[in-house]
Amino acid sequence: MVSNATKLKTARLKLPASTEDLRGLEIGTVVYLDGRIFTAREGVYKKAVEEGAGMPASEADIGNVNFHCSPAAMIRDDGSYNMGSVTATASFRFNKWLEDWFKISGCKIIIGKGGMSPEVYKEKFVPNGAIYLTTVGYGTGALLGRGVKRVVDTHWRGELGLAQCIWVIDVENFGPFLVESDLEGNSLFERENAKVAANIGGLYEGLKPAIMKRYGETDDREEEVI
Amino acid sequence: MIPISALQSTAEDLMAKAAIEIPDDYLDGLRGLANIESGELSAFVIQAMLENYEAAKEDRSAMCGDTGVPRWYVKIGNEARIEGGPIALEAALRRATASATKDVPLRPNRVHPLWRTDHDNNVGLNAPEIEYSFHPDADWIELTTVHKGGLFGSDYRMLFPGDGIDGIKRFYLDTLIAFGKRGLACQPAIVGVGLGGSKDICMTLGKQAACLRTVGSVNPDPGIAELEAELKEMGNTIGMGAMGFMGSSMVVDCHIEAGYCHTGGMPMSVHMFCLSSRRACAQVTPDGKAAFRTDPEWFTDYSRRETVEWFPTPQNLKQHA
Ligand code: SF4
Repeated sequence: MVSNATKLKTARLKLPASTEDLRGLEIGTVVYLDGRIFTAREGVYKKAVEEGAGMPASEADIGNVNFHCSPAAMIRDDGSYNMGSVTATASFRFNKWLEDWFKISGCKIIIGKGGMSPEVYKEKFVPNGAIYLTTVGYGTGALLGRGVKRVVDTHWRGELGLAQCIWVIDVENFGPFLVESDLEGNSLFERENAKVAANIGGLYEGLKPAIMKRYGETDDREEEVI
Repeated sequence: MIPISALQSTAEDLMAKAAIEIPDDYLDGLRGLANIESGELSAFVIQAMLENYEAAKEDRSAMCGDTGVPRWYVKIGNEARIEGGPIALEAALRRATASATKDVPLRPNRVHPLWRTDHDNNVGLNAPEIEYSFHPDADWIELTTVHKGGLFGSDYRMLFPGDGIDGIKRFYLDTLIAFGKRGLACQPAIVGVGLGGSKDICMTLGKQAACLRTVGSVNPDPGIAELEAELKEMGNTIGMGAMGFMGSSMVVDCHIEAGYCHTGGMPMSVHMFCLSSRRACAQVTPDGKAAFRTDPEWFTDYSRRETVEWFPTPQNLKQHA
């Protein structure tokens, strides 16, 4: 646990979590997890959703928490796992698979880096009773690594490789994470972006525009790159 | 003659050091920002990172699970002789990259851009990159590895002399804000700015400014040093802290490196070296001994020379003693 006396609300959550369990979690709450999670990113989404392979194992076996991550992990010659650091990868790239993914996976929590756009929360998370947790930093790989108790299994390792395959992991006091989107689809990043935006216009005051434009360039500073 | 075995084992040690140990200069700079951070969320994030560095060191585990793109910078003394020559050196660096990936362990990050082929060892086509520079009157080799986050926080733009300092500030702000939102760049960062050079060297200089200079170092050109300070200050008044949350912790330091460019242009690049500012360096001498440090001392009076001939002054020579 991060030790400073933060005024932020802190919660510990037992997995698997039902939508009901997520009800009280407001955006900006610090969360630690206990239970089973699994990693899945573009390789898994492509195979499970696009190619129609479905899930490689039951929800009971892999849990209902999807971590956008590939761990720094190796498989020893004797088949055992050496997992070091775990860090999330940026989630916004995975929008297009999410609708079907929620249907086939039954996931209630997505953990990642940087969140998704507000529309994605409203259209895809809210109807499925799911929330989004963001990792902190985002480079807290060693702290998160401490929360890993056991690698339970891997799926599709041969085809997808170590970085893209599914790692099923049991965790304890795994965190910290921050609630980025709650069950209503509110977004912490949106809230903070809006606060920061108030100041941005002033920074550019008096700076003349670039002599040569870039194709498609805009001066709308509320825009985002994701 | 510098033994190749010493170079390879030093390279292996450097891979682990870079991945596990946050350099002190960055750490001090980050603490400085943390002390004055008033944004509650941003302060929490930095506190978590500070504890993460401790956890990494205690557990001998990579500080960040994303290895970034591990690469090498090699500085060769003019009098240095390598056992097996430069080909053997390149093989040693590739071997060290692969073995550290397995031993630390590091995430195998490097794949073919189209076929997504993954050797699970961070080695492949043009990977790891190896950049060279040379140094007068020296018989050693200095190896530096940098594992920079690979996706966000860098951009390039051709500006023109008429854009002036305004144009530089504007593009700097554009890049910091674009990649600072949601903390895509994993700030607070060491921001490197490349000014001038040909297009590719503009990128190279900015990247080196971010990754190979330590926090607190200043460009020897007083005008550039002043701009570095101004840009640092400017970045920290955007109102954005760690993860893009409201706050003041964006730029741990700003470094600018310049190169002569086309008379009609003023190319500029911006690079952000993230919360896992991973760099480690060692000097290997002909006796096979390695002296480790975190300052690559990459930029020297020699590397920044502007004249046709190089006239060493006593001060220049002392600089790298
Ligand atoms: S940008 Fe740096 S801290 Fe962030 S995930 Fe990548 S390597 Fe880790």
